[in-house]
Amino acid sequence: MHAEIKAAGRRVNFAQLASMREAGLIVIILALCIAMSFASPHFLTWGNFRAMLMSFSIEGIVVVGMTILLIVGGIDLSVGSVVCFSMVVSGALFLAGLDPWTASLIGIGVSALIGAAMGFFVTVIGLNHFITSLAAMVIVRGMCLVVTKGTPLSLFTLPPAFKAIGQGSFNNIPYVILIFIVVVAIFDFLLRRATAFRKVFYTGSNEKAAQFSGIRTNQVKFWVTVLCSTLAGLAGVIYMARFGAATPTFGAGMELNIIAAAVIGGASLNGGSGTIFGAILGMALLSVVTSSLILLDVSVYWQDMIKGCILLAAVSIDHFLHRKKS
Amino acid sequence: MTQAPILEIRRLSKAFGPVKALSDVRFELRRGEIHALCGENGAGKSTLMNMIAGVLQPDEGDILIDGERVSIHSPAAAQRLGIALVHQEIALCQDATVAENIYMAAINSRRAPLMNFQKLYADAQKVMDLLAPIPVRTRVADLSISNQQLVEIAKALTLDCKVLMLDEPTAALTESEAQRLFSIVRGLKERGISVVYISHRMAEIFSLCDRVTVFRDGRYVATDQVAAVSPDDVVRKMVGREITQLYPDKLAPQAPGRLLLSVEGLSDGRRFADVDLQLRAGEILGIGGLIGAGRSEIAQTVCGLRPMTSGTVALDGKQLRLRGYGDAVKAGLVYLSEDRKGSGVFLDLPIAANISALDLGRLTGPLGLLDRKAEDRQARELTGRLGVRMAGIEATVSTLSGGNQQKVAIARQLSVSPKVIIMDEPTRGIDVGAKVEIHRLLRQLAGSGVGVIVISSELPELIGLCDRVLVVREGRIAGELTAGELGEEAIIMLASGVQDSSNQRQAQNVA
Repeated sequence: MHAEIKAAGRRVNFAQLASMREAGLIVIILALCIAMSFASPHFLTWGNFRAMLMSFSIEGIVVVGMTILLIVGGIDLSVGSVVCFSMVVSGALFLAGLDPWTASLIGIGVSALIGAAMGFFVTVIGLNHFITSLAAMVIVRGMCLVVTKGTPLSLFTLPPAFKAIGQGSFNNIPYVILIFIVVVAIFDFLLRRATAFRKVFYTGSNEKAAQFSGIRTNQVKFWVTVLCSTLAGLAGVIYMARFGAATPTFGAGMELNIIAAAVIGGASLNGGSGTIFGAILGMALLSVVTSSLILLDVSVYWQDMIKGCILLAAVSIDHFLHRKKS
Repeated sequence: MTQAPILEIRRLSKAFGPVKALSDVRFELRRGEIHALCGENGAGKSTLMNMIAGVLQPDEGDILIDGERVSIHSPAAAQRLGIALVHQEIALCQDATVAENIYMAAINSRRAPLMNFQKLYADAQKVMDLLAPIPVRTRVADLSISNQQLVEIAKALTLDCKVLMLDEPTAALTESEAQRLFSIVRGLKERGISVVYISHRMAEIFSLCDRVTVFRDGRYVATDQVAAVSPDDVVRKMVGREITQLYPDKLAPQAPGRLLLSVEGLSDGRRFADVDLQLRAGEILGIGGLIGAGRSEIAQTVCGLRPMTSGTVALDGKQLRLRGYGDAVKAGLVYLSEDRKGSGVFLDLPIAANISALDLGRLTGPLGLLDRKAEDRQARELTGRLGVRMAGIEATVSTLSGGNQQKVAIARQLSVSPKVIIMDEPTRGIDVGAKVEIHRLLRQLAGSGVGVIVISSELPELIGLCDRVLVVREGRIAGELTAGELGEEAIIMLASGVQDSSNQRQAQNVA
């Protein structure tokens, strides 16, 4: 008995493992930043940081939804398509004469409906998230092309007040970054503290045990699927405000970057674990690497390869730690 | 000298780590006989079968086929020697057709590059029709469990074996399917095939088998001609040990209090029917029966985890209308699953979160936020009360031993202060020390007025712990045993259906 306590004491527990992972990521990111500050004079400037933050802020909103979905044991390959669909639907409605705010709300609402449809197939029909969202990815992309007839929508007539969401700033801090921080702060807090989100962990950790604890796991899975698509829709309208255009091919491949960020940040594809803070750090790491490669004049063709290797390394380390644990 | 037995086991031993599964056992199978092998769960029957079939290797001892020592390295080696084993668990490729499964071994050893499906289906259908008219082009996953079991048996029939070993083949079969299987087995015997038949059901053994060998606690006890012994003799040999003082003191007679839980005429239309059950405050009610008899299904239906087709459940005199398990929990009726890792605990979540899963509402503030302090307080109090040995309440459940994991699962049930707690195999797979603690805890709970129902496959547990035991057979209550009548033999007889009619009447009178 005594030996058992000692053995348990040496083991790392869930919360420690998560914070270890986050601390590790912070160290790696800081080390990269310090190294880069010697390698390039442009790296440690507010301009470069702003650019880096801007580059992942909008995707970061999608990462939040994806992380929660991964925790419940799901995955969503359709987020890139949904971001785009939200963008083109809002854009098309604006061009048809609707005011951009209402158009955007409808765009986000339609995204939520796509999530609800996927949730239906997952919980009622009983398909898995992977296949369902793979189908949705293709279908929604097709819908983008149908709505736009394949050509980009030019939205330069968007009123300045709306464009400001994507292009304006408050005290030199872009609204995009502020929105991102607010979304992250809200969901990080809710995920740690709200009862409703605790059920997400139970369901993802052991769906059967959750059912045997009286949790309606299908409801949980359904609403998390809707949430993920809704946040993708929100990102879509922010992109519209930022670019002043809606391109039917926008966001292709985005889902992979987003899943990679969440997984590097500690979300498990088996469900039950993950933090939003970690996922954002994963996103930040990918972004710092990209920025470094650009500043170091490495050909853009190398970027995907290097990102893929980082993902592989992160997941391998995670697997190794888990195997040691059991 | 007579002919050597077709299969002989001499002084065979096998240990798994420190646990001796078999010590020094022997066994002899004569040509063309049907030989029953009996013993309680854990007696070592399946271990022996697995060694003969090449799945496990013995530590010591010899296996002789036709009087010659053989070593059976692998299942393929066993097949070459003409030995076939039908496992208790179904091991079929769920996505392949019945025909492909039946001829899997033959397909595997074929040299031809292409499959002749016409011939495969025709041959497979011929074998399958011996047992049941199951179309062989069906996907195995689309078959019922009993039909899958029949496919397993058909698969063994194609192997052209000399020795066929059947490990509880009727566990999942209906009566008429079982009868068909018996006539097949008798037919095999006439063709000179020798059969080892593992079963708990005395009726089967006594109608089908020629001889019976009994194992107990990994040791050989006796081999008898079936004609020369009675079912009672066999059961006594299987049990054969005194129950030690591992269990807490029982309730004094006539002590049970008011009626807590009353179930009447409960049916689910599939697995069980017409179940009546009463539980009084202060007592521990045991539910026994064979695995697959429907015990867990009954308990889960009572708690709203499975749908019922008819019947009523009343708690504390109030009839319950359950739309789901959540309603049962609110009413004060909780169920602990038998499958700890599969559906009992959240292995990768902290202990505190495991304990609070059953009723988050009580820990939730007005804004929908979880009161972490209250959660921790609850976890500390319950783990302290149950004596969970852990690094801290933030440690994940995966870091705990099996017994402590089970205590965490029980702590979760206790967190809602239940009126009735149903425990499905509460001590399965945990060490003796933790077992004793859990038994004491259950007795303590009962003493404090909580109704406790324990479902168990372990006879000593039912007898040592419970004040009263209901035995379930094939989805019906086969009888009730009160304190004076409790005994392993009585339970086995009710569970396997050898009970003679006079005793049965007696049991029903008591109920």
